[in-house]
Amino acid sequence: MRSLEIRLGGSGGQGLILAGIILAEAAILDGKVSVQSQSYGPEARGGSSKAEVIISDGPIVYPKVLKPDVLLALTSSAYKSYKEDVKETGLIIVDDSVEVEKESKVKTLKFPILRTAQEVVGKAYVANIVSLGVIAELTKIVSEESLEKAVLKRVPAGTEELNRKALEEGFKLGKVEDKWVEQMI
Amino acid sequence: MQGNEAVVEGAIRAGMRFYAGYPITPSTEIAELCAEKLPFVGGKFIQMEDEIASMAAIIGASLAGLKAMTATSGPGFSLMQENIGFAAMAEVPCVVVDVQRMGPSTGMPTSPAQGDVMQSRWGTHGDHSIIVLSPSSVKEAYYVTIQAFNLSEKYRTPVVILMDEVIGHLRETVNLDEYGDIEIIERKIPEDIENYLPYKDIENGVAPLIPFGKGVRYHVTGLVHNEKGLPTNDTKIAERLIKRLVDKIEKNKEDIVMYKEKGEKEGDILFISFGSTSRAVEAAEEELKKEGFKVGIFRPITIWPFPDTRLRKIYPKFRKIFVVEMNRGQLYYEVDRVVKREGEVENINKANGEFFTPCEIVEKVKERIKNGF
Amino acid sequence: MASRLVEEYFRKETLPNIWCPGCSNGIVTMAIVRAIDNLKIGKDKVVVVSGIGCSSRASGYLDFNTLHTTHGRAIAFATGVKFANPELTVIVITGDGDNAAIGGNHFIHAARRNIDITVVMYNNHIYGMTGGQASPTIPRYDKATTAPYGSIDRDFDICKLAIGAGATYVARGTAYHVQQLVKLIEKGISHKGFSFIKAMSICPTYYGRRNKKGSPADMLKWLKDNSIDINKAAKMKPEELEGKIIIGEFVNIEAPEYTEEYQKMVERLKVSVK
Repeated sequence: MRSLEIRLGGSGGQGLILAGIILAEAAILDGKVSVQSQSYGPEARGGSSKAEVIISDGPIVYPKVLKPDVLLALTSSAYKSYKEDVKETGLIIVDDSVEVEKESKVKTLKFPILRTAQEVVGKAYVANIVSLGVIAELTKIVSEESLEKAVLKRVPAGTEELNRKALEEGFKLGKVEDKWVEQMI
Repeated sequence: MQGNEAVVEGAIRAGMRFYAGYPITPSTEIAELCAEKLPFVGGKFIQMEDEIASMAAIIGASLAGLKAMTATSGPGFSLMQENIGFAAMAEVPCVVVDVQRMGPSTGMPTSPAQGDVMQSRWGTHGDHSIIVLSPSSVKEAYYVTIQAFNLSEKYRTPVVILMDEVIGHLRETVNLDEYGDIEIIERKIPEDIENYLPYKDIENGVAPLIPFGKGVRYHVTGLVHNEKGLPTNDTKIAERLIKRLVDKIEKNKEDIVMYKEKGEKEGDILFISFGSTSRAVEAAEEELKKEGFKVGIFRPITIWPFPDTRLRKIYPKFRKIFVVEMNRGQLYYEVDRVVKREGEVENINKANGEFFTPCEIVEKVKERIKNGF
Repeated sequence: MASRLVEEYFRKETLPNIWCPGCSNGIVTMAIVRAIDNLKIGKDKVVVVSGIGCSSRASGYLDFNTLHTTHGRAIAFATGVKFANPELTVIVITGDGDNAAIGGNHFIHAARRNIDITVVMYNNHIYGMTGGQASPTIPRYDKATTAPYGSIDRDFDICKLAIGAGATYVARGTAYHVQQLVKLIEKGISHKGFSFIKAMSICPTYYGRRNKKGSPADMLKWLKDNSIDINKAAKMKPEELEGKIIIGEFVNIEAPEYTEEYQKMVERLKVSVK
C-alpha cells in the first residue's frame, strides 16, 4: 500500500490550511483515501500555520504526519521547524526567499512561489494555489484535472480565473527536469 | 468532511432542529455550520450570550418539541454543567458536544486533549447518570451523533459527545450512503393524554415526553418532584426518583454501550483508549505486532456508562493492560475499578497539547515491560 | 371572581403556597392570571417559565405549561421555548435577585433581541428564599442579612436597564395598584416583542422587619403613598421625586421581533435559492 505524507508550513493567512483541504479533496477525486489535519496558533494573520495531508491507497490509521515525504515551506521559520522531520528519501520545496542549508541530507528545491503569485498572477494571496501547482507537477501526487476541480470548488466565487491562472503558473514552475525527483516518485 | 461538520450532518440527519451556542475553539465550526444549514431544513439557530444560556435554551426548545443541541469546549462545558444537571433531573432530551482542548482554564485553545472525561461524567452536582460517547474518526462522529440523539430521546437524558480537537478538525473521507437505513428514534406521543404522567416509570424507566403546547399541562422543575412533576419534600419519592434517574441508564447499559475491539483476543498487551488517541494506539499495535508481541485493543465508544461487563470478559486473557489517554489519567480510574488484578493496569499519558505519536506509545510500553510482564 | 380564577388557573393540589403571611407574591401572581384570563389565551398555549426564588415558585401553582428552571436562567430557557415554537405565549416570572443579579446578562440580551417574551419581575429588594440577603435593587442604606449596617451599593434601576438594552415594552406597577398592574401585564403580553413589567412587592418577613417598615398593611400603604403616576411625575421636579416610585408605562414601541425576523430570513433564503 502506497501512502504519502505531505506537510505544508508557512505563516497564518497564507492559505495553507485551505491548500491542504484542496489537496486532500483532489486525492479523493482521484479515488484515493486522504486525511487532512492542521495546527495553528491563535493569530488569524501571521503566526505559524501548518497543514498536513496523507494520501493513501487504503485506510489511514494514524491521521497525523510523522515523517513527511514532501515538505512545502513558504517561510524560513517553517523550513527550520520542519526540515529535520522529512524522510531522507523525501523532498523539500521552499520559496526562494527562504535560505536553505547547503549541506541538506534531503533533496531541496527552490521556487519563486510568493513572487510568482504577486508579480505574475497579480495577487499575493494565491501563493497557496501556486504551491499546489508546484507540488502536483513535481510529485504527481494528484492529477492535474482533479486538482483543478478541487481548487475551483473551494475558492470564493469570482476568483476562479485568478486561481486557475495561479494553478497554471504553479504547474509551469514545477516543470523541472530532475532525476532525483523522478526517482522519488 | 471535517469532524465538526460530521457532527452537524449527523445531528440534522437525526432530526436536530434547534441549535443554541456560543463560539469557542475548537468547536466553533459546529455553530457556524448550524447557522448556515438549519434555516434550510426548517430548523432554528440562535447565538446565545454565553454557554449557560445556550444550555438553557436547548432545554427550553426540547420541551417545546424540537430535538436540540449545543457544542462547546472545556471552559464552556464547565459553564453548562448546572443546566446539564437540570436536564438530567427534569429528564429533557438534549445533546451536548464537547470538543476537548487542553486545559484547565484557557490552557492551549487550539491544541487537543482528553481532559474532560471526568467532567463529562461528574461535572454537574448530585447523583445522576449520563451517557457520554466518544468518536475516533470523522465517520464515527457522524454515526455517534445520530446515536446520541437516539439515546437521548429513548432515555430522556442529556447525552454528551466527547470529541477532541484532533477529530473535530480532522478531514476524512466519509461515505454517508453507508448509513442509508439507520434508525432514527422520534418522540412518541401517547394516545391517552388524559392520564399523562410525565415522570412515571413506564418504558426503560421513563415516560414519553409530550411537548409544551400539545394540550397536556404539566410542571417541569429541578426540584425533587413526583410523577406529575410537582415539587415534593417526601424522602421516599426523592429516593425513588434519584434511583430511577441512575437506574434508567445503568440498568439499560447493555443497550447503551458501544465499543470496538481489534487485534488479538488473548496475549501480552491489552490497550484501552478512546477518541483520537486510539488512532495512535492502533498504529502502535501494528508496530508491536511486527516485533512479535500479541496485542489487543479495547476501545469504548460509550465511555459513560463504561462497558465494564465486556472488559471483565476480555481482560483476564492479557498479561498487561495499558490505558492510553491525552490527560494525566482519568479513564484509567474506571479501568482500574474493573480490573481486579493488583498493579497490572498501567497508564500512558500525555498532556502537553500534542497528539500522541505511535512511536511514543511503543517506547513507553517497552520501557514498562523491560523487566518482563 | 377570585375563586373562579383559582378554580380555573391553579393546581389546587399544590395549594396552599409556601409564601409567608402578608407576602405580596400572591397578589402579583393573581394579577398575571387575571391578565391572561382577560386576554382569553387558552391555557394550553401559555408557558410560564420561572427561575429560582420565592416568586419563581409561582410556576408550580399555575395550571399552564410550566417550567421552573435554574437560578437566573429563566429568560434563557424561555428564549428556547419561544424560538422553538413561536405560537406559544411565554411569560417569565422572576425576582429581583434572580433577574437583576445572577440573570442580568440573559435579561439584557433577550431585551436586545426583542424576542416576544413577557417578563414579570416581583421586586421585594431581598433574597427571600435564602433568608433576606440584599439584592441589587435594595434601596441604598437599607438593611439585609448581608448588609447588616445598611447596603452601600447603589440600587439598580432595572426599568432603565431594560430600556437601555432595547426592551420594547417597559412598565412598573405595584402590588397595591392591582388594577393597573393587571392592565400593564395585559399590555405586556399583547405587545409583540420583549416586555418587562417590574412589580413592586413587599416582603414583610425579611425586608420589612429588618428595616422597621411595619405590618404588611403598612408596607402596602407605603407603596400607595410613595407611588406617583408617570404622567404626574413628568410635571414634578427631580427633588420632589426623590425616593418615590414612578409607576406606569415607560416604553411601548414597535420594533422587529426576533422570531419573526428569523422567519423572514428563512423566507428570503427560500426565494434566493429558487
